[in-house]
Formats: sequence, structure tokens, C-alpha cells
Amino acid sequence: MKVSIYRYNPETDREPYMQEYEVDTQGKDLMVLDVLALVKEQDPTLAYRRSCREGVCGSDGMNMNGKNGLACVTALSIVAPGVLEGKKALVIRPLPGLPVIRDLVVDMTMFYNQYEKVQPYLINDTPAPAIERLQSPEEREKLDGLYECILCACCSTSCPSFWWNPEKFLGPAALLQGYRFLADSRDTARDDRLSRLDDPFSLFRCRGIMNCVSVCPKGLNPTRAIGHIRDMLLERAI
Amino acid sequence: MSIRTITFDAVIVGGGGAGMRASLQLAQSGFKTALISKVFPTRSHTVSAQGGITCAIASADPNDDWRWHMYDTVKGSDYIGDQDAIEYMCSVGPEAVFELDHMGLPFSRTEEGRIYQRPFGGQSKNFGEGGQAARTCAAADRTGHALLHALYQQNLKHNTQFYNEWLATDLVKNARGQVCGVIAMCIETGEVVFFKSKATVFATGGAGRIYASTTNALINTGDGVGMALRAGVPVQDIEMWQFHPTGIAGAGVLVTEGCRGEGGYLINKDGERFMERYAPNAKDLAGRDVVARSMMMEILDGRGCGPNGDHVYLKLDHLGEEVLHSRLPGICELSKTFAHADPVKEPVPVVPTCHYMMGGIPSNIHGQALRLSGGHEGDDQIIDGLFAVGEVACVSVHGANRLGGNSLLDLVVFGRAAGLFIEDGLRQGMEQAEPSRDDIEQAMSRYRRWDESKKGESVTSLRKALQQTMQNHFGVFRKGDLMAEGVSMLADLRGRIAEGHLDDKSKAFNTARVEALELDNLLEVAQATAIAAEGRKESRGAHSRYDFPDRDDENWLCHSIFDPATLKLGKRAVNFSPKTVDTFQPKVRTY
Ligand SMILES: Cc1cc2nc3c(=O)[nH]c(=O)nc-3n(C[C@H](O)[C@H](O)[C@H](O)COP(=O)(O)OP(=O)(O)OC[C@H]3O[C@@H](n4cnc5c(N)ncnc54)[C@H](O)[C@@H]3O)c2cc1C
Ligand code: SF4
Ligand code: SF4
Ligand code: FES
Repeated sequence: MKVSIYRYNPETDREPYMQEYEVDTQGKDLMVLDVLALVKEQDPTLAYRRSCREGVCGSDGMNMNGKNGLACVTALSIVAPGVLEGKKALVIRPLPGLPVIRDLVVDMTMFYNQYEKVQPYLINDTPAPAIERLQSPEEREKLDGLYECILCACCSTSCPSFWWNPEKFLGPAALLQGYRFLADSRDTARDDRLSRLDDPFSLFRCRGIMNCVSVCPKGLNPTRAIGHIRDMLLERAI
Repeated sequence: MSIRTITFDAVIVGGGGAGMRASLQLAQSGFKTALISKVFPTRSHTVSAQGGITCAIASADPNDDWRWHMYDTVKGSDYIGDQDAIEYMCSVGPEAVFELDHMGLPFSRTEEGRIYQRPFGGQSKNFGEGGQAARTCAAADRTGHALLHALYQQNLKHNTQFYNEWLATDLVKNARGQVCGVIAMCIETGEVVFFKSKATVFATGGAGRIYASTTNALINTGDGVGMALRAGVPVQDIEMWQFHPTGIAGAGVLVTEGCRGEGGYLINKDGERFMERYAPNAKDLAGRDVVARSMMMEILDGRGCGPNGDHVYLKLDHLGEEVLHSRLPGICELSKTFAHADPVKEPVPVVPTCHYMMGGIPSNIHGQALRLSGGHEGDDQIIDGLFAVGEVACVSVHGANRLGGNSLLDLVVFGRAAGLFIEDGLRQGMEQAEPSRDDIEQAMSRYRRWDESKKGESVTSLRKALQQTMQNHFGVFRKGDLMAEGVSMLADLRGRIAEGHLDDKSKAFNTARVEALELDNLLEVAQATAIAAEGRKESRGAHSRYDFPDRDDENWLCHSIFDPATLKLGKRAVNFSPKTVDTFQPKVRTY
């Protein structure tokens, strides 16, 4: 099958380019990460990140045939139907909107900075009890769909508002985590957290385009979380 | 070439659960601390842990007792776990787990609002007399992810200094054998730096990638063990590799023991629940070594499933969609993706798969690394400046077989203990050991070797040969002649790897260079494993030999110690002296 991969090595290339490879998967419907490993056997200079190879560490977010996702849990038949029959090529690019370090490796600094801005940690200044802080199953259920984020950046790098304002708009991933702590019954910093989001950019640049929801490999819904924060801010304003 | 030096009070190599628990302790203390990790911390292998963290927090059972947990752990270890260390882990465990809750870890909850606990293999009440216990604290089936993110978040809160995507390559030690720090390479730029520090803490995790089929992440290449062995530090019980009963056949990806804890069970091709034959009491929740062997017996006796009869099935559908989706959501996802089977409707094909390294750098409960005065024999000696915690360490709480959920506990208990101990030492004026220029040069030699290589075999082909050798010669069942052959194949591979070739010499994010440097570490771990496995002439825990089928307490109720300087295997005494409870005497181990 044919694979076309974005290449760029800052030491030797003035411009990025697409390189074509021919890979034999023996007809198997492999995951894209397995295909990359086969390419790397032919050409060890290809650089990409990977770790868990099972969709839980968030290392290998990339753009495959136009869609962001994790290479390790994306099967060829899903991302590029017909590729095994030679009807089209698998086309792999780095996540859009972030600076490229080399090949498929992007510089995630901006993404992590936005994450850090939401104070992504539990704050509770009351003295801790000798056991755990109690939380009912219903309270705990509010964290489902939030805490599972793996910081892969698939969502934020598919969000037009993040492309235009990566410094000011926090982006879907950071906002989802912002809400994760707003929703935690054990956290006591709700007011301060909301104040930090209450400006025209941090949150309100979200235009509800929902790109983030459609690409999240963990099936999370940042748009909904953003909506919840918006409601909390409005409620507070009254 | 002289290289840049950065000086710290403490340097932690590894951003998994163990490393980040240690760094959190030190960041809170205000000492100048760095954490080096070859991947962004939340991409460490701890993120994959599913089932939970085992600890007697007395939620599921208000009468639960850490001594019962200790009993199970000692028995699970097949009696070569150190009882002082196990006592420490089980007794301070609850404090360490409650701290995790206070840090924000989103544990699943009971109706009372307490942490949810599920049954896991090898757990009992009342010293084996009171039936199955439920002692594994869980955040659905994503406990490792929840734990690792909570720790990372707290480290952010306390301003830990991270060096993310830096690869530690070798230890720097001086003529007196003291550890002075570590050489590391910034993966993004290729810059090589000497991190000089009073305390160097290895928290580099496991090395499952020495096998062709493993549940471990691709980054689990045993770098800490490799660096230690090259610096002359011995390893302990390295023949003890846990094969997890339920790796998804073909893919290697794990489905948690929690599946069986929640009521799932294994069946053979006749649909028989065969564990009832092998472990009449505990059945599917017997020790992992026992379950893995039973599965292999079924497969070898022709009762395996699938066209090649090379796996068995894990049946879960009877638990119902609701339980599966609330308690085991991640498993449903993995099974659909990697086995094309929806557990709600059909069983999951599983096979024992390399999972966990019980052995590692011998250490005490403060995390201090140890060597023996005579290499492979003699008295314990503390290695100045070096610490080891987590899977890379052998303290030893797991002995010959780890119980499920005990690794995460090990990480936080001993990560914390090492942090506290180092903090204390620094306060009392712990000194910086000084290396000479030659010492630093020495630690750079391996990096240089690859950088100057002109021709030779490729890293990929050498790695494949190594993994296949381990898979074929050191699996679930072992045999003397087959292992001897494996040992000599690895000796041969050592020669080939020493001549291996790195084609791409570029600096920026050169993952080919990273893989070459990792290959040396895989080899160190593999060779130590092979020699220790051939040397331990008995069957105990995960180490099971056709030619020595029985446990031999007279000769082998002890740790093995592999000395890299002489390639000799020696023995080290197991600790049988807990401080507050009576010794648990070795018994025949049945489930
Ligand atoms: C699929 C799976 C499920 C599991 N489930 C459970 C469970 O439910 N309960 C349980 O108790 N245990 C479980 N375990 C075991 C447990 O997850 C691991 O033993 C544990 O997470 C290891 O943690 P660690 O901190 O020692 O190392 P890791 O989490 O592996 O972290 C190692 C760190 O070291 C860094 N590192 C390594 N080499 C270098 C180098 N050369 N330079 C710089 N940095 C380096 C890495 O970047 C990483 O940050 C599971 C294991 C697997 C494979
Ligand atoms: S919904 Fe908001 S955050 Fe999500 S992609 Fe659209 S603009 Fe971005
Ligand atoms: S919300 Fe989803 S897509 Fe976005 S970073 Fe988290 S896991 Fe990735
Ligand atoms: S390699 Fe971990 S998410 Fe793909």
C-alpha cells in the first residue's frame, strides 16, 4: 500500500515535503502506528512519538487523511477505506497549528501552557481528614467524561479558534480540564477558577464548531464542558 | 569534547508513578530537584495501569487489616519477598492512598462515599482463612491514568522542575564507586548534559520489551537496569518475570485482572471453566503465576481456542452491559479495538503475556541501592548517591510473583519513602561525590560508540533477534538446555550489538538514536535474566522449570544476585524479620 508522510528535518531541510513509501501489510488491516513502524524499518530517519500503543498515553496524535487521531488505535480501514486495495494512499501529517520540530513531532509547549493556566490540580485548603474526603457516587459521576483526557491535543489542534488565538483562547482540552476541577465536589476554589476564565478570550472564543468533539479519541465532549462553564459564569454574574 | 554540567540536590530519572511521587516529596521540601523523563510524564507506562491499587483502607470491609494484606503478599511472593519491606508497604499504604485522594485522584465510590474496592487475585481475609477479600482501590479501570495525572498535576502545583523528553544514557560514578549523577540527552536538540547531583533516583520502570510479546509500552526498555549494570551495580531476582494471564491474543494489550475480580472467568474450547480444576478455592482469582500456568497447560493439552488452539477465552458477557460499561469501560474499548470482540456479547481471546519485572536493583526501604561486598556474594553495602524506586527496584515486596494492584502501591509508598529519606539526608548535609573528567568520559563512551559507528547490523533487526530469543527460551515454562542455548545466543548478540550501526547521526529529535541507546539496555536486562533463570535450579513463583519442577527451600529460599562484572549468580538472604508482627513461615502455596 502507499503511504505519504510529511517530512521535515530542521538540520537538512529548508522546507517540509511529502515523502512516498510503499509498505507491505500482507493485506492486514493494521493500525496506523504499525504502518509507521514498518516505514521506520525502511527509513529509520522518520521521527514520531509513541509509547503505550493502546490509546491511553496520548503520544501519537497526528493528522491522518485529514483527520486528527491517535495512530495506535486508528485502523487503516477506518481512516482510509480502500487503502489496502490500492485505491488511495494513507496520508500522514503532524497535528496542525503547532510548530513542527521534526517530521510528525510537534512542539506541544503552547498546548501545555494553556493546560497549566486552568490550575489543573485539586485545590482544597481545609485540613485533610484522616481518611479520604467522602464523595457520593453521584458526585463522582460528574467527573466521568472529564478526567479521562490523555492530553493528546487532537481536539485543540483541530479547533479554528485555537489556531487563530493559541495564546489567548485556552482551547478545548484545557477548558475540559478546567471544568473537571470545577465539577469536583472536593475542590474549594470554584470562585477563583471562574474569575480566571471570565474574560473575552479564555473561554468565550469558543464558537461551538464542535471539531473538538468529533476528533476526541476518548469520546470526550469539550464543547459540552465549555457550555457548563459558560452557564456557571452567567449564573455567577446574576 | 567537554559537556555542560547542571547541578542539583537530587535528580530523579523517571516520571511514572514512582518518580513523580518522589519528586513531589522533594519539590515540597524546597531542595533543588530535577525530574528527567524520556517522555512527557503522563505518557509514562503507569498511565496504562487499569485495575487498581491494593491497600487495606477498610472501605469494602470495615474490618480489613493490613496484616492480612501482608500475609497475601508474602504468600504471593512464594516467600522470597522481604518481610520487613512488605510490612512497611502494607502498613503505611493506607496513608499513601488517602493522600492520593487528597491530591484529587478520582477514585470510584461506594454508597458511603468511600473509595470503591474490588476483589483481585491472591487476596484473602484473616490470613487465608476468611475467603476472598476485595482490597483493590479503583478508579473504574483507569486507575493508573487517574493516579499518574493526579501526581503530575500536584507536581505542577508545587513547581517541580521537569526535563521532559530527555533520555538518561549512563550513570557517572567515581573511582570510589560513588554515584555522582547521570548523563542525559535532550531528545529535541540532541544536546548532552551531565546532571550532577547528591542523590540520583532511578524510577525508570520495567523492561517488558525484552520479550516479543508483552503488555508493556514501547518505551519499557529497562534503561535503569541497563545503566545500573553497566556501572557495576548488581540486579536481584531478575529471572522473575510475571506473565499476566490476560493479554489479548495477538496484540499483547492487557485486559485487567479486575475483569475476573468483577466476576469474569476463563474457559477453554469446550466451554469449561477450567480454573475450578487447578485452584478449587480461589479459581480464577488464584495467583497470576498459577493462572498463567494453568492456561498454558490447557493450550498445550489441546484445549485451546481459535483455529490454532493457541489461546483461551475470558468470558464477561454474563456480567451484563451495565456493569461492564460502568466498571470496565476501558476494557470494552480495548477489546473492541484490539480483539474485535465486544465483551458485552462475546468472550475475549487471551493468552499469558509478559507483564512485570519482579526483579531489579536491590534496594532497602529508603530506596537506597545496594551491592554485595564480594560482587555476587558477601554483605550488603549501600551505594552512595544511588536510589531506586518503583518497578526498576527490587526492595523486594513482590518476590517471585507480584500480586495485582501491589505495584501501584509500591510506587507511591516507596517513591514517598525515598523522597522523605533524601530530604532528611540533604538537611543533614549529604555531600556531593565528585567525578573526575575521566569518569565523565567513561559514562559518555557508549553514546560515542553509536555516534561513531560506520557500518553494521541495524538496530531493528538486532532488537527483533533479541526479543525472539527471550520469547522462545525464557517463557512461562523453562528448561535447562533450552535456557543454556538462550544464554549463548545472547552472548553472541552482545557481540553483534557492540558492532551495531546507527545510520542517522542527526541531532534534532532523532528517535533512531534513542532506539539504539535503548537496545543496549534491552541486552543488559535480557542477559541478566537469562543467566539468573538458568542459574536458579528450582521452580518458584513465576519461575517454572520442567527440569526442576519443585520449590527447593533448602537451597533457594533466597534472592538471586547477578553481578555484571563477573556474570556470576550468587545468593542473598531474604528478610524474615518484620518489626511488629510474627514472621510468616514458608508453607506449601495452594489457592
Ligand atoms: C497494562 C498494564 C496494566 C497494569 N495494571 C496495574 C494495576 O492495575 N495495578 C498495579 O498495581 N500495577 C499495574 N501494572 C504495573 C504497573 O503499572 C507498573 O509496574 C508501574 O506503573 C511502573 O511504574 P514506575 O513508576 O516504576 O515506572 P513507569 O511508569 O514505567 O515510568 C518510567 C519512567 O521512567 C522514564 N524513563 C525510563 N527510562 C528513561 C531514561 N533512559 N531516561 C529518562 N527517563 C526514562 C520514563 O519516561 C517514565 O517516565 C500494570 C502494568 C501494565 C503493563
Ligand atoms: S466547539 Fe469550541 S473548542 Fe470545540 S472546536 Fe469548536 S470552537 Fe473549538
Ligand atoms: S479532550 Fe480528547 S482530544 Fe482533547 S486532549 Fe483530551 S483526550 Fe485528546
Ligand atoms: S501510543 Fe499511547 S496513545 Fe498511541
